[in-house]
This record gives sequence, C-alpha cells and structure tokens, in this order.
Amino acid sequence: MIDGFVALYIFMLAAFVGYEVISRVPVILHTPLMSGSNFIHGIVLVGAMVALGFAETSLEKAIGFIGVMLASANAVGGYVVTERMLEMFKRSKDGDKEAEE
Amino acid sequence: MSLNTLIAASYFLAAVLFILGLKAMSSPAGARQGIVWAGVGMVLATVVTFFWPGMKPENLLLIGTAIVIGGAWAWISGRRVAMTGMPQMIALYNGMGGGAAAAIAWVELLRGGHGGEEFGWTVIALAVTGALIGAVSFSGSLLAFAKLQGWLKRSLRFAGQNLLNVVILLAATAAGVLVILGVSGPWLTVFIALALLLGLTLTMPIGGADMPVVISLYNALTGLAVGLEGLVLDNAAMIIAGTVVGAAGTLLTQLMAKAMNRSLGNVMFSAFGETAAEGDEIEGTMKPVEAIDAAVMLGFARQVIIIPGYGMAVAQAQHKVWELAEALMKRGVRVKFAIHPVAGRMPGHMNVLLAEAGVPYDLIFDESEINPEFPKTDVALVIGANDVVNTAARTDTASPIYGMPILDADKASNAIVIKRGKGTGFSGIENALFYEDRTRMLYGDGQAMCAELIRAVHEI
Repeated sequence: MIDGFVALYIFMLAAFVGYEVISRVPVILHTPLMSGSNFIHGIVLVGAMVALGFAETSLEKAIGFIGVMLASANAVGGYVVTERMLEMFKRSKDGDKEAEE
Repeated sequence: MSLNTLIAASYFLAAVLFILGLKAMSSPAGARQGIVWAGVGMVLATVVTFFWPGMKPENLLLIGTAIVIGGAWAWISGRRVAMTGMPQMIALYNGMGGGAAAAIAWVELLRGGHGGEEFGWTVIALAVTGALIGAVSFSGSLLAFAKLQGWLKRSLRFAGQNLLNVVILLAATAAGVLVILGVSGPWLTVFIALALLLGLTLTMPIGGADMPVVISLYNALTGLAVGLEGLVLDNAAMIIAGTVVGAAGTLLTQLMAKAMNRSLGNVMFSAFGETAAEGDEIEGTMKPVEAIDAAVMLGFARQVIIIPGYGMAVAQAQHKVWELAEALMKRGVRVKFAIHPVAGRMPGHMNVLLAEAGVPYDLIFDESEINPEFPKTDVALVIGANDVVNTAARTDTASPIYGMPILDADKASNAIVIKRGKGTGFSGIENALFYEDRTRMLYGDGQAMCAELIRAVHEI
C-alpha cells in the first residue's frame, strides 16, 4: 500500500506536525496534552485488530487477542479520563475583574 | 468506491481529526471540543477496520470480544477513578497501548509476512524496534502504576543498576538482531521477555517527584512504538497518530525535565528521588504559627498566591483550598494559584485537582507568569509543595536541586507553609524557605488546616 520512502516522508512530516501543533505549552494545558495524546495513540487498536484478524495458530490468536484487549483499554480508558478531566475546566464568571487592573 | 478506498479514506479522515483534535487541545477553551473530534476519528477508524478485506471471519468474533472486554473494563475503571488517582490510571492505559504495539509486532513476526509476501529485513527491523519500545513502555508503565497506587512502597536500588540496564539492553538487542537475521530458535520469545524485563529495571529506581517525567516519557514512547508498527502494517493512520504523539510527548517530556533543570538521562539514571541529599546546613529555626494568626494574615492581605503541591493531593485538600480562596475573595482579597510544571505526579496533576474543586483556569498561572507577581504579594500560601519553593535551588550550589527554576514564594511579604510535620520532603532536601524570617509554618493535615483557616477567616 505505502512505498518505503513515502512511509518515511509521512513519518517525518507527522513528527514535525506533533512538534509544531504544540508550540507553546502553558502549565494549564499539560493535562489535556498528556491525557489527550495518551488517547490518540489508542489508534494502535486498528493495528491490533488487523493482526488478530489474520492470525492463524492459536499462539498468534492468543497474543493478538491480548493485543486487541490492551489497545481497546488504551483507547476507551484514555477517552473517558480525558473527557472527565476536561469537563471540569472552566473559566471564572467574573474573570473580567482581572482586566480592570 | 471499493472497500479498500473506503478504509483508506476513513483512516485519512481519522488522522485529520486527530491532528485537529490535538491542536484544539492547545487552548483550554477548545480542549473539550478537541477530545470529541479525536473520539469521532477513533470510532470511525475502528468501525471500518472490521471490514478489512481478507480477515478470517472466525477471528472477527474474537476481535469483537476482546474489544468489549478491554473497553468495558477501561470504561468502568475510568469512570470510577478519583481525580487524585489519575496519574496511575493514565500510566496504566498508556502502558497498555505500548503492550498492544508489542503484541502486534509479536504476531506479525510469528507469521513472518502478510498478503502472501514475506517481510523484508527492514520491515522486520522496524517491527523489532517497535516491539522493544512498546514492551518497555508496557512493563515500565505497569510498574509506575504499582508505585503510584502505593502497592510498591520502596524503590529498589543497588550499585551497578545502570550497568545491569545496559547488559539487559544489549542482550535484548542481540536477541532482536537474531530475530532480524532469521536465526531459528526461541529468540523471539527471549527478545520479548528481555524487553519486558528492561522496562521493569529501568523504572524500578525512579520515584517521587520524577514521576511526571517518567509518565510523559512512556507516553511518548508508546506513540513512537505505535508509529513504528504502523510502518510494519502499512497503516497510515497509525503512522501519523503514533508519530504525532511521539513528537508531542517528547516535547512535553523535555519541558518537564527542563522545569527541574535536569537532563532526561539524569532523571532516568541518577536515582535522585531517595538518595540522601547533601547540601549546606541551614541556620535558623522554623517558626510555627496558629491557624487564627495565619487567617488574619490572609484575611487582611491584598493579594494571596496559593502554591499547591503533591501534599495537597495526598490530603485530598483541593476542595477546602478552593473554599478558602473563595472566602478570601469574598473579603476582597485577590487570590491566584501558582503551579510549578513538576508539581504532583504527572504533567498537569495540580490543574486537574484544582479544576475538580471548581477553580477557574484563568486564576491558575505557571511559573514564568506568576513569579513577577510575588514581590507585590502579601502572602504566599504553600500547601503540600516543597522542592518547587526551595530557595536553596537559587543559592546553594551544593544542593541537588541547585539551578531548578522555582516559584518565588520567598519574595512575597510573608509565606505561610501548611505542612504535615517537620520532616523533609520526598527528596530529603532541607527547604531553605521554611527557615526564612518571613515564613510561618502551619503544622497539620492539609485538609484539616484549610478547614480551620476557613472558619477563622469567617470569624475575623
């Protein structure tokens, strides 16, 4: 599907995107950054599904099964905790008071 | 549209959603939206993968079952965990992602190829590298979980620990090379076992305040492992999402290490956390204060800056802290929160706790924003923080934390420190701030002391 060098280009560009998307990181954003990116690498689930999907021997199936289970826990758990934490982030109602000074 | 095109298009869309989601997460207001976008991308990618051509129909049932078991467990545990327990749960979920990446490599290497084609050595080398990184992240994160959960109280240390790590790494690499060369024998199993062992021995000596760096590092490593396995499987969604996380995670890890003025290597290999610390003797005494007197200082201040630390999490005092802040604000005191990047046990740990208590994020500031404010501040209230306000980091060249950027609590007119006892913190370093003339110590449990302060503030 993907040519060797094309894959390498994707890899390189994605690394730059990761670096650039997060240019400045104020402390308040460490939480979503940490936990949200933890969720995003849960995409490993699709790889684990394909690996298990083509598994033949019972050993392959067993390892693949564990892989899918772990990946699914990564994705679901990562989403649930990130959502829970971000839900609590809110701005103060009288935040404009600061601006007056 | 053929099935292959549909799958490829869905993966493309998922990758776009991940990047947009991560971008949205770099502003507090958009963060919530960001995780929803990324979530949509994940569901889309997962659903279309069921239609991947050529997968064995009988395996689809296994896939579905595994997803349901893993997902249900994670859903329940993720809903139930208290905010104070977040660092270990995030470490756990993260480690599982690394484990999954290693499992993919294991299955693929057992099969030796896909689509009727044998893997070339480059693909095998990528799979092996990804497996090594993923397995280290897996076992390392599990150990970090056990430590943060309190199952493992002490960090095991001995002379030659780093040498042992190097030996295990070399052995794992050797086994990996044998796998790549296609030498028959149990080398694949040996390789995986050594990689898992390496994660344990690497993480064993690290503890305490170094945890945010470690958790962030394993997050980046899992991302990298996922990206590498994406190359093996020709899966663009995995390559992009994994690599983006790997790069963003590396940035965050560097930031954490920099906030302690230490290199990543120093954090990983110097066993800093619990070694007895050297440093100049500090002259003077710690001056205790009663809650009522502290309340007077706070209640008649113009500006108060609250500095929370891991101790606040341990005492579960975040709600009381906010209640106290609200009581002060009602009296017209300006209250701000100052958070050091490495306060707590994971990046952003303090933000989460304060947000849970209801503290609006525009009252929370990081070190560079808040430090110029301290000279204009009447009282700096330190609750459960220690090393991040230790002035020895500025002055005492012999101190292990010398050079670490700190919050300038000592520059406020007064500092009040709520602390359980007189002992030193996790690092075993005496805190010079506690001996300053303008510092008052309020001894007691964080939550109980805040409750007393609230009562006293209402009375004055």
